Amino acid sequence: MTRSLRQSTVGLHTWSGLVIGWLLFAMTLTGTAAVFSSEISAWMQPEIAGRGEPRQAIEKAVAWLRQTQPQARGWFLASDERTATVHALYEDRTAPRGYRTASFDATTDTPVARATMGGQFFYRFHFELMLPNPWGRILASAAAMVMLIAIISGIIIHKRIFADFFTLRPAGSQRGWLDAHNVFGVLALPFHLMITFTGIVPLFKTTLPWGIVANYGANNATALAEFYPSLARRAPTGTPGVLADIGPMLVEAERYFGGGRIGRVNIAHPGDAGSFVTIMRNDGDQLAYMAQAVSFDGTTGKLIGAHTEDRPARKTFDVLYGLHIARFAPEVSRWLYFVCGLALAGVIATGLNLWLKAREPNKGFGHWLVARTNAGTVVGLPIAMLGFLWANRLLPAADAERSAAEISIFFWLWAACFLYALLRAPRRAWGELAIVAALAAGLLPFVSFALTGRGLWQAAMKGDWLFLGFDLVLFALAALGAVIAHKAFAAGGPVRLPRKQGAPA
Amino acid sequence: MHGRGRRQNGGRWRRIVALGARIAAASIGGYGLAAASAVFLARALPMSRVEAATAATLIAFLAMPAAAVWAFATSTAWRALGGIVLMTLLLGATAWLLGPRP
Repeated sequence: MTRSLRQSTVGLHTWSGLVIGWLLFAMTLTGTAAVFSSEISAWMQPEIAGRGEPRQAIEKAVAWLRQTQPQARGWFLASDERTATVHALYEDRTAPRGYRTASFDATTDTPVARATMGGQFFYRFHFELMLPNPWGRILASAAAMVMLIAIISGIIIHKRIFADFFTLRPAGSQRGWLDAHNVFGVLALPFHLMITFTGIVPLFKTTLPWGIVANYGANNATALAEFYPSLARRAPTGTPGVLADIGPMLVEAERYFGGGRIGRVNIAHPGDAGSFVTIMRNDGDQLAYMAQAVSFDGTTGKLIGAHTEDRPARKTFDVLYGLHIARFAPEVSRWLYFVCGLALAGVIATGLNLWLKAREPNKGFGHWLVARTNAGTVVGLPIAMLGFLWANRLLPAADAERSAAEISIFFWLWAACFLYALLRAPRRAWGELAIVAALAAGLLPFVSFALTGRGLWQAAMKGDWLFLGFDLVLFALAALGAVIAHKAFAAGGPVRLPRKQGAPA
Repeated sequence: MHGRGRRQNGGRWRRIVALGARIAAASIGGYGLAAASAVFLARALPMSRVEAATAATLIAFLAMPAAAVWAFATSTAWRALGGIVLMTLLLGATAWLLGPRP
């Protein structure tokens, strides 16, 4: 009985992992980058230093929006997690995606920073995959569920879980890949389970709405009102109105939060007499996501609602959500999230390679395709991500459509790497693409310095930790790329042999 | 030689159908079980309806991986499929009997 349990679980683990592995790798790696989305955004907007008080930055942003975007249906302002920059998002029908963003700090009267999605691109990609809603979220959730199943079945397979942790056999062999897979997996197992489950939960309205449907039927408005009592909702009246001064509302919100920072400010139909303002607390100082919010009437500035979340089930949900997005995390925990995220990407990458190693020598189409898709994803995606950063530095800063162009470059580069991997022998593709990745990471700090004047040397002198850290991570990635390239070419000696032996089995 | 080949072929098809049944039980069945658990718990849990719906959803998400692992661990494919369908129907019927909350 136990033999068959393990046996059948091995099948479940292997095949569920293979089918969804590449998508999961992409979600994991972009999600891991999103741990530092705030820092990536700051790096991608070198014009803005995030000086002064965040509250003043919000006031600057509202003043600018009031002048230039009075007809927008809504303004959505997010105070950056770790800098004093405020990012504003507003509807604009002329934009390719239907909205635009602008960034402010306390010293900016008009947005001077280049338009970019910044780190938010990695964040949104990791669960929406840039597919039309709701398909991206459904696909990402399904992939995460399969990963949860793969992790649980992986644990069942590993009865010797602690012994395996201390086992490392020679690199390159199938055993070596298995050991690497196990170490990455076991090393951060609680993290892998946590991040996967907490990644599935927040998207329940799209993926598992049946609990709500059971209690509310088709009455969506009531359900939303009871789920988010903090979010006031009312339709525009049609008569024009003038938005009251935002400053006193911010002060009152901060008083209600009892010292908590302001996180987000949503202003609904700002040019209408029925406008209203919702101010949410910053997530940085507690585990739970969106713990407190207050609403004001837009034209009078009077308080119309305040909510502190203390319902047990809802709070559990908010904490699970908060654990996933890690906004609560101070610097050290943030790096732990980053390292564990890389370990998860490592589990997936080694697992995909292990599937190949366990089936060698093999001339089947499946083997051919998996070998090439592995290279196109595991090395191709980092190249595309680095290309996104390169595009940020190389595209003209004043170009209005540059934000969309950066994203296009990401996808074109990934497609190009994929095509390249399809056309080359896998080991050569691995080695050559890894060299490209290493060069892209290693040269970017110099190019960035030449184009922005902010670089490693000044950073170290002035204590500009953001640029210093960013450049050091890039150099580390370059070194990793070089190691992978070296391994691929070192293993590439006998790569011609099987091809000459020829005849398919 | 031929006979054995054919018998192996028959066994192969049976294995493929059984595997398909397990995959269906794990994926479609697993999702159905999660949905039925969410509906049942949302109506049965002794909390306000919004709290019950939230708690129900959190618990129901765990039903899917549980169903998937069990679908591959249990002795036959038909047990996997039958067990999950039966459980789903049971939860769904109880939820239906409980009716919508006031």
